[in-house]
Amino acid sequence: MRSAIPPASAALALAALALAALAFAAPRPAVAADTPDPVADAAAFQKYFTNKFPKLKLEDFVNGPYSLNEDMHRQWVEKEEFPPYDFSLDLGKEMFAKPFKNGKSYADCFPNQGIGIRQNYPYFDAKEGKVVTLELALNRCREANGEPPFSYVKDEMAALTAYMAFTSRGKPFDIKIPNDPRALAAYQNGKRYFYTRRGQLNFSCASCHVQSPGQRIRAEILAPALGILNAMPIYRSEWGGMGTISRRFISCNSQTRAVPLDPQADEYRDLEYYLSYVSNGLPISGPGARP
Amino acid sequence: MTITDDGFIATRRLILQGALTVALVGLGEIPFSLAPALAAANDKYPEDAFKQKAEADAIKSLYGRTAEPSDKVKLDAPEIAENGAVVPISVSTTLADVTSISFLVADNPNALAASYQIPPGTMPSIANRLKMAKTSNVTAIVEAGGKLYSATKEVKVTVGGCGG
Amino acid sequence: MASTIRVRATSTGDITEVQALIQHPMDSGFVKDAKGAIIPPHFIQQVTFEHDGKNVFVADWGTAVSKDPYVKFSFKGGKKDDELKISWVDNKGASDTTTAKIQ
Repeated sequence: MRSAIPPASAALALAALALAALAFAAPRPAVAADTPDPVADAAAFQKYFTNKFPKLKLEDFVNGPYSLNEDMHRQWVEKEEFPPYDFSLDLGKEMFAKPFKNGKSYADCFPNQGIGIRQNYPYFDAKEGKVVTLELALNRCREANGEPPFSYVKDEMAALTAYMAFTSRGKPFDIKIPNDPRALAAYQNGKRYFYTRRGQLNFSCASCHVQSPGQRIRAEILAPALGILNAMPIYRSEWGGMGTISRRFISCNSQTRAVPLDPQADEYRDLEYYLSYVSNGLPISGPGARP
Repeated sequence: MTITDDGFIATRRLILQGALTVALVGLGEIPFSLAPALAAANDKYPEDAFKQKAEADAIKSLYGRTAEPSDKVKLDAPEIAENGAVVPISVSTTLADVTSISFLVADNPNALAASYQIPPGTMPSIANRLKMAKTSNVTAIVEAGGKLYSATKEVKVTVGGCGG
Repeated sequence: MASTIRVRATSTGDITEVQALIQHPMDSGFVKDAKGAIIPPHFIQQVTFEHDGKNVFVADWGTAVSKDPYVKFSFKGGKKDDELKISWVDNKGASDTTTAKIQ
């Protein structure tokens, strides 16, 4: 290249170029979305919903569709007078207190004897390097004490988590992401799952629960994603019985004609981690009722 | 023991505790077990009324007369049921001398859903949860001072309460 | 085994409000199971509420009453610490009864 630039400046320019090239070649976060910033995520997530529904208080979001539709709200208030999950809750309390065959009990597996701790789940287990949910912790407790695990989707697991949620009622979600790249990766994985379209209907979780809360999908009013796990486990009129977080994730996948994963699959654990974290600050209201 | 119209042999009254259960003879369409289990003297279970399909027939069987709409009967039901399996419905009335209140869902397979006996001293106000097979009129019947009064409201159902 | 009947009875002045939630499948006989066979009807037919030796409320139910049925009503003449006896009978002849204190 012909130029009148003196050799010294040319060398400097070349050096600058080389440096710049090096800088660009080094791995660095090129786009904001690739840098996990859960704190910013949660703030943006909550702001999105409170802007969308300015008349709602933050804690109202835990009631899902009931906070978004007056007619449904009245039906819910009536049901809450004597809620359909009462039997499951009582069963859960009994089950929780009953010792295992080896004499130990659930209280031995959990901090604070398992009372008033639901809002801390899921948590990132540094030793295992994975997210641990409450349902998973309960079955691990059973197995560690020589008891067979419960089905993740059915009544016993629902009863136990109903009781544990009940002891935490009113306490705000307090999910922690430790300063550990694996924890951040799990969080990101959950977030990615939430926003990825899948299945025959090509819906992501966000398609319904971020884009369309308060609107109908067929005949059902959609719940907002904010606070969507706070009321778990739930007695659904549709099921005529209780369901756990595992049950809901699986049925959501099936209903959108996507392939449901196994309960407590990595993606589900990470998804629960993400969804719980972005709802930090909202009160636990479980067990709950839903249409 | 009496032989009913359906060719059954059924006891009409059973003692509450240690009730005798009459074996059910499968009868095709009829969904009811004909093993009525009953309580004290005046509290006869209105089996026949529950078997009726049409609302008018159920009311006739239950009360033997027809009802007139009254704005003194306040029926509370949702516009759209969140789920047909559990529809909270309640009724209250300012009418005096109420002896009975019944709930009917016109388009259910059998219209009569529930019937309540109101002895003196009990308030004429009831809340319950009913199943609705599909969008239908819901009617509350109040028997007061020997006459029948009613209120009706349409409740939309988008998911059937009977498994649909 | 715990009773199938949950009761809340509270008195305010002269009026006692009673709410009952009963654990029962209330199968209508119209629903099929996973294999396609009809689940036979299994439902509570009558519930009686007794106070001071008298029935204060009798519920006659058909299959259109929701699963885990609920009912609420009020009556006069009850007071705190009075006993309320609730009994139900279903179409299979099964029954349950419980006694609750008015709060």
